[in-house]
Amino acid sequence: MTRPILNVTGLAKRFGGLVATDNVSIDVRPGEIHALIGPNGAGKTTLISQLLGELPHDAGSIELEGREIGNLSTARRVHLGLARTFQVTCLLPDYTVLDNVAIAIQLRQGHSFRFWGNVRKDNALRKKARGFLRDAGLDDRAEVVTANLSHGEQKQLELAVALATEPRVLLLDEPMAGLGHVESEQMIAMLRGCKERVSMILVEHDMDAVFALADRVSVLVYGRIIATGTVEEIRENAEVRTAYLGEGEDLC
Amino acid sequence: MRTPITTYLSLAVLLVLLVALPTLADLANYPAFTSVATRVLIYGIAAASLNFVLGFGGMVSFGHAAFFGIGGYVVGILYQHYSLGEPLFGVFPGSNQLLVTVPLAVLVSGAMAALIGALSLRTGGVQFIMITLAFAQMLFFLFVSLKTYGGDDGLIIRRANELGGLNLRDRPTMYYLCLTIAVSFLFLLWRIVNSRFGNVLIGLRQSERRMAALGLSAYRYKLAAFVISGMGCGLAGALMANFMRYVSPDMMHWTKSGELMVMVILGGVGTLFGPFIGAGAFIMLESLLAAWTENWQLGLGFILLLLVLYTNGGLQALFSRLFRRDA
Repeated sequence: MTRPILNVTGLAKRFGGLVATDNVSIDVRPGEIHALIGPNGAGKTTLISQLLGELPHDAGSIELEGREIGNLSTARRVHLGLARTFQVTCLLPDYTVLDNVAIAIQLRQGHSFRFWGNVRKDNALRKKARGFLRDAGLDDRAEVVTANLSHGEQKQLELAVALATEPRVLLLDEPMAGLGHVESEQMIAMLRGCKERVSMILVEHDMDAVFALADRVSVLVYGRIIATGTVEEIRENAEVRTAYLGEGEDLC
Repeated sequence: MRTPITTYLSLAVLLVLLVALPTLADLANYPAFTSVATRVLIYGIAAASLNFVLGFGGMVSFGHAAFFGIGGYVVGILYQHYSLGEPLFGVFPGSNQLLVTVPLAVLVSGAMAALIGALSLRTGGVQFIMITLAFAQMLFFLFVSLKTYGGDDGLIIRRANELGGLNLRDRPTMYYLCLTIAVSFLFLLWRIVNSRFGNVLIGLRQSERRMAALGLSAYRYKLAAFVISGMGCGLAGALMANFMRYVSPDMMHWTKSGELMVMVILGGVGTLFGPFIGAGAFIMLESLLAAWTENWQLGLGFILLLLVLYTNGGLQALFSRLFRRDA
């Protein structure tokens, strides 16, 4: 078995009396999509925020490519190769689609204490950003102000921006949420397309997408992982059925 | 997007008008207008500095008068030591040379902004507004109690600073000096706003969370912006001290911070020219309304209310819409 690229062990987080993350261990292997499913309020988004360092964790370790990153700042973790998307899209609304991707590349290129040159006339940067937009199928929307995009396009842009940081591991927080059927299909195709380059943790409620994409699935309930396995194993797991799939039948 | 030729043309026309302003004022038999215009330029620099953090960076500082006042006091204190012939702290001789006092004013206010910013920027939102206000008020009371430098009464600078053979008491000369500095300052701001640094700053205003997820350590960028802004206000203060030949703690009173903010809002938050337009509108309204009633702030309040409610972006936005082109 290949060494995991992201290895989380014994992660814990409590908010007062509420245990949000309870001794969670999860790993992602290179080129793998590891789906994380669970009912609402199970702590999936909280887990992603801890992995990226937006929320500090109380205990446990997070290793990226064998290196402990649990005590590093979000910025350091991103530079080492972590990226996330947001469930409720979090973009720069006044900027154009192209600007949103270009700024991600700019930050990847090092510090921004450069006060003179016009960043919008940096052709190398603009060209690279257009490349990412083309991959996301947004190249004809490049000059549109982001606030004016449809919900589906914003979700696509979220992904394009995250990919523009050239991550090793991508943490996806419900990329299908609110997408129509056709848009979901597109998103699935895109994720499958970049899987070779980027390993992913995929938090998702859309079971069709999970079953289409995931190599392995973990089930999170009340902050605890109750099962990890292949898609088939999870489908057959009795505990998972009662905890999640049973009540979620109408969700799919 | 290319800047349309009409923009360059109207800027050129504006510049010609500004250069001709003292002559036009004399022709119109209203030479005092040159002084009004000088005040507008100086306040414009201060308001544009505030707008740099407030409009572009989304940091609502309510203590920018502190840097304005510090800039003024650097000029005033240096002049006092120069005229009395006593070195400052027993070491530094005073000065009345503009090329010494103004850069020093800019450096000292920048250092002060670094100090205040380093502490204030650890907070955000309402706390940030309050803590910047608190720092400015502390400085205000410090200078009120500093009897060596005039305390409450302030410092009188008997002769304006020297700059080569220029006579800065001469109204048009001072106006042209301020115009040159204001235009250079605006050019500098324009470059910074469109640079990589500006890109990050404007990104932070839109979503700090997004910028963090892209790997940005926001604090040092915000602090750098705050220092640049403080330096700009210090520059304006130093010019004001030379123009009025007087500095007093009033320059750093919280109402002055409020006035700067009103100028920014009047003109247009997050625009390059807005603060200058706002400074112009504020000073015109102040003199017009004050001639009409003692309670001129009431009228100003109503006008500000109308602008905020109906122009959707201040006077600059209003003008752009009137002339049907993009700001």
